Amino acid sequence: MVSPGLDLELSFSQALQGFGFSPEVARLLWLPLPMLLVLVAAVVGVLVSVWLERKISAAVQQRIGPEYAGALGVLQPLADGLKLLVKEDIIPARADSLLFTLGPVLVVVPVIISWLIIPFGQNLLISNVGVGIFLWIAFSSIQPIGLLMSGYASNNKYSLLGGLRAAAQSISYEIPLALAVLAIVMMTNSLSTVDIVGQQTGAGILSWNIWRQPVGFLIFWICALAECERLPFDLPEAEEELVAGYQTEYAGMKFALFYLAGYINLVLSAVLVSVLYLGGWGFPIPVEWLAGWLNQPIDAPVVQVITGTVGIVMTVLKAYLLVFVAILLRWTTPRVRIDQLLDLGWKFLLPLSLVNLLVTAALKLAFPVAFGG
Amino acid sequence: MTIATTTELICFLVLSAVVVIGALGVVLLSNIVYSAFLLGGVFTAVAGLYLLLNASFVAMAQILVYVGAINVLILFAIMLVNKREDLKAIANLTTRRVVSAGVCAGLLALLVRVVVTTPWSLPGPAAVGEEATARIGEHLFTDYLLPFEVASVLLLMAMIGAIVLARRDVLATDVVTGEVADQGLIEKARTPLLMNRAD
Repeated sequence: MVSPGLDLELSFSQALQGFGFSPEVARLLWLPLPMLLVLVAAVVGVLVSVWLERKISAAVQQRIGPEYAGALGVLQPLADGLKLLVKEDIIPARADSLLFTLGPVLVVVPVIISWLIIPFGQNLLISNVGVGIFLWIAFSSIQPIGLLMSGYASNNKYSLLGGLRAAAQSISYEIPLALAVLAIVMMTNSLSTVDIVGQQTGAGILSWNIWRQPVGFLIFWICALAECERLPFDLPEAEEELVAGYQTEYAGMKFALFYLAGYINLVLSAVLVSVLYLGGWGFPIPVEWLAGWLNQPIDAPVVQVITGTVGIVMTVLKAYLLVFVAILLRWTTPRVRIDQLLDLGWKFLLPLSLVNLLVTAALKLAFPVAFGG
Repeated sequence: MTIATTTELICFLVLSAVVVIGALGVVLLSNIVYSAFLLGGVFTAVAGLYLLLNASFVAMAQILVYVGAINVLILFAIMLVNKREDLKAIANLTTRRVVSAGVCAGLLALLVRVVVTTPWSLPGPAAVGEEATARIGEHLFTDYLLPFEVASVLLLMAMIGAIVLARRDVLATDVVTGEVADQGLIEKARTPLLMNRAD
């Protein structure tokens, strides 16, 4: 088992209790801090991935991309965001203004709530809830309601078609996604993301789940791309057919919310792939071994700070490697047709993920040492 | 009263208000799309109530199944047949409303009576907390195995029925009208449209 590591909450509440606060008040003061931090991290993550998207797409198409806003154009996403903030917020005259406003909110909120379970270290997450990864699966299923709502409220046939496509796509790919996660959960005997990573920390890179679940990894990655509506699965907003799908009528900040939700979802999915299959915060060589070779006690404060930092860096690094792959996929692959999309989901990925689940169960019974008895 | 119990009480009151008002809205609103969206809100609020009862797994299952699957399918069905036409006036609408209101009031009275007369053991059994997921699994595969399997057979039957209804071409005669099935609906082999330029 891994060492307990840093526990910032404990130190924080002890420090506050030293000032004479009651434990309850200390906890109440602590609660908003990690939430704010993760919200900021998510937004910064979006800015970084927007910049990456612009730069990488430019490189793929042999352009330079943004270069005047800051060094290498790093401030370009900020400029984009500011532009959207000051744009006029238009609600079409015949649209249903209440649902029109509520739609984007319903799309963003579940994605942000799902950051609750993302671990950056043994104790570096907002809440180690027991339902863990199940929370993300449940909340990501709310999103299509927001898409349907904005598609309907826009009073535009393209929007409605885009919303319907989004819902159909989301339902089809949710099932293989959940089954792929279920295989991991079966190996871990726990739904908690911390336990899932903890089970992969034994022997560094060799104990990562990707070696034991290669098929599950591919299924999860394909389904995650489909859930994020990234190319090759961006049918809900296929611009050549549907103008911009459910976001056709949106402008200003409401459009920005869709944009934000898309990128937060992308980063979130990438982080979750790294948590489920690539060892999460784990370094390719276990930090405990490194500390042992350097004759450092793993509980020493300095070592703990370094371990925590390495954990955060590793999680972010793995996630952005996957974001890079997703961006490269977006700018190099053509879009699938709607019937191909549904065929792939229902006739290929669903049976494959069921077989994967059965094989995992059989292997777990046959080799309990390697597959989590 | 501690901060924790106060928060719990406030959450309970808000969630209950959302459930009751939302459910009334589902029944009373004339726009069916609003009703469907409100139904999603009611389901989510019920999940919140489960969370307050320390049943986080059930809460998440509630969101996944009721909000994510059932409500989305309801919305999907409504929007696929969304014609925005005025419904035909139903005869004796007022009488029907009065009768259904009476039935609902009677049901409510019955439920209130049950709640008041049942000797509830307070406080209830201690919550299992995070162990609940494992407990639910144990129960499903031991003492509740038969209902579990029966439910799965029922779902299988519903699925086969849906497929038969949707693919009427596999039957020689139409299941509903009894006439010869429309052969034009039979799925054609996928032939690319632009292959035979010479033709």
